[in-house]
Amino acid sequence: MGTEITHTVSACMGGLKTAGDLVLRMQLARGMRIREAKEYVAEKLGVSVFDLSDPAVMTEIRREQGLGVQEPDTGDTVGMAAKIRIAERLGIKINSVERFKTKAGL
Amino acid sequence: MTRYFTRMGDGFGVWMTEDEIRADIREGVLDAADRGKIPPLTEEEMDHLFRIITMDGVIVGVKHGEEVVSSTDQGADTVGCECGVPIDRVIQVPLLERAFGLDSTDYGFTDYNFKAVKSIVNYETASIERALDISVIPVLYGGMPNLGFYTKPDGPVDNWAELLPRGKVEEALKAQEAAVELAVHDIVYVAGQMYEAGVDGINLDTCGAAGDADFLAALLACEEIKRLYPDLGVEIGMAGEFVLGMHGRLKYDGVRLAGLYPHKQVKLAEKAGATIFGAVVNTNSSRSFPWNIARVCTFMKECVKEAGQIAVHVNVGMGVGGIPMCETLPSDVVSRADKALIEICKIDGL
Repeated sequence: MGTEITHTVSACMGGLKTAGDLVLRMQLARGMRIREAKEYVAEKLGVSVFDLSDPAVMTEIRREQGLGVQEPDTGDTVGMAAKIRIAERLGIKINSVERFKTKAGL
Repeated sequence: MTRYFTRMGDGFGVWMTEDEIRADIREGVLDAADRGKIPPLTEEEMDHLFRIITMDGVIVGVKHGEEVVSSTDQGADTVGCECGVPIDRVIQVPLLERAFGLDSTDYGFTDYNFKAVKSIVNYETASIERALDISVIPVLYGGMPNLGFYTKPDGPVDNWAELLPRGKVEEALKAQEAAVELAVHDIVYVAGQMYEAGVDGINLDTCGAAGDADFLAALLACEEIKRLYPDLGVEIGMAGEFVLGMHGRLKYDGVRLAGLYPHKQVKLAEKAGATIFGAVVNTNSSRSFPWNIARVCTFMKECVKEAGQIAVHVNVGMGVGGIPMCETLPSDVVSRADKALIEICKIDGL
């Protein structure tokens, strides 16, 4: 367990703290290498590649765009609602979002 | 004479001089280059590795903007199963997402293999659907091909590890081939159920643990998963740096699997349609961290170079990726392995 924490602290983007989950989504969905995935996400969110790993910048961006944040306040978008917006923003299909839409009749 | 604190491959600390560290780095590099028939690291890269190993501080980090992403092979049950905290897997996903800051996680059954999951897959899909509703990060479903589970008395196939010592070579080969077919069927079946439940990807973990037939099962299963569900991500993570030739004659895409090192494994994973390759280099527990990480970097630099469009996530955990073979992993060597792999090998993830 401690290994994951060390990776996050020393070398990884940090998921919802920044845009790590979004970059990984592009690796999974489109088979992108790290640089290409970062450039794609940065362009879609309107930030620089450098800012993509900055928690201060990305928390504001994610909150504004409803992409989910690490410490959600009242009214913040979390869970499936955030994934629906992520799929729209990145221009990809997210499997669980498609299933949810079907089940909810959306 | 200045001595630097580092560790042996069993996790215990050791104080080494600059000359000793540099000698171990060079020896590790040459060992990988010789075994893999690949180029050694350059003098500049070995200097950089020395600086990373001897940096001040318990934890070192990558430069701003060079962070990578992480995938896991823990079955999303590390908190509950390994740490003994009584908490359901469904809750562990948002916990790993919001408290631990993981970029993704994988969900899995405690036994972590597809044969075991097949009979309870409906409970697994119901559980993972709840986790997907309340989480944002990508969630993969993970398990091992684990070909050994198909042998008698647990499975229907004769045990090739018992047949081979008795000289029954043809029977042992046929038994492995039969196990491959059964494993591919189970993996694809479970993957299909998980796809219907909404997962983001399938993590085929510890591939090749039972040898070349085990790796072949993973490649064939991946190929079939991508044919049936093209938009489903697949990660192929390896069991070791070298595919053991338990069968010895098996091929994929015309390439004999026995004896392949990571820079050749990655090409086959990509050919099979995988989107992420989990590369592995084993740790020698009686050698130093400088020797082990130098060896890892030499293999991984070539692996990343040979990868086309597939992301390379290096396994950096207990007993692999330069990390000591001990249960509670020291952050000093983990963070140094991460930094070296990112800055020297340009990996895509961990």
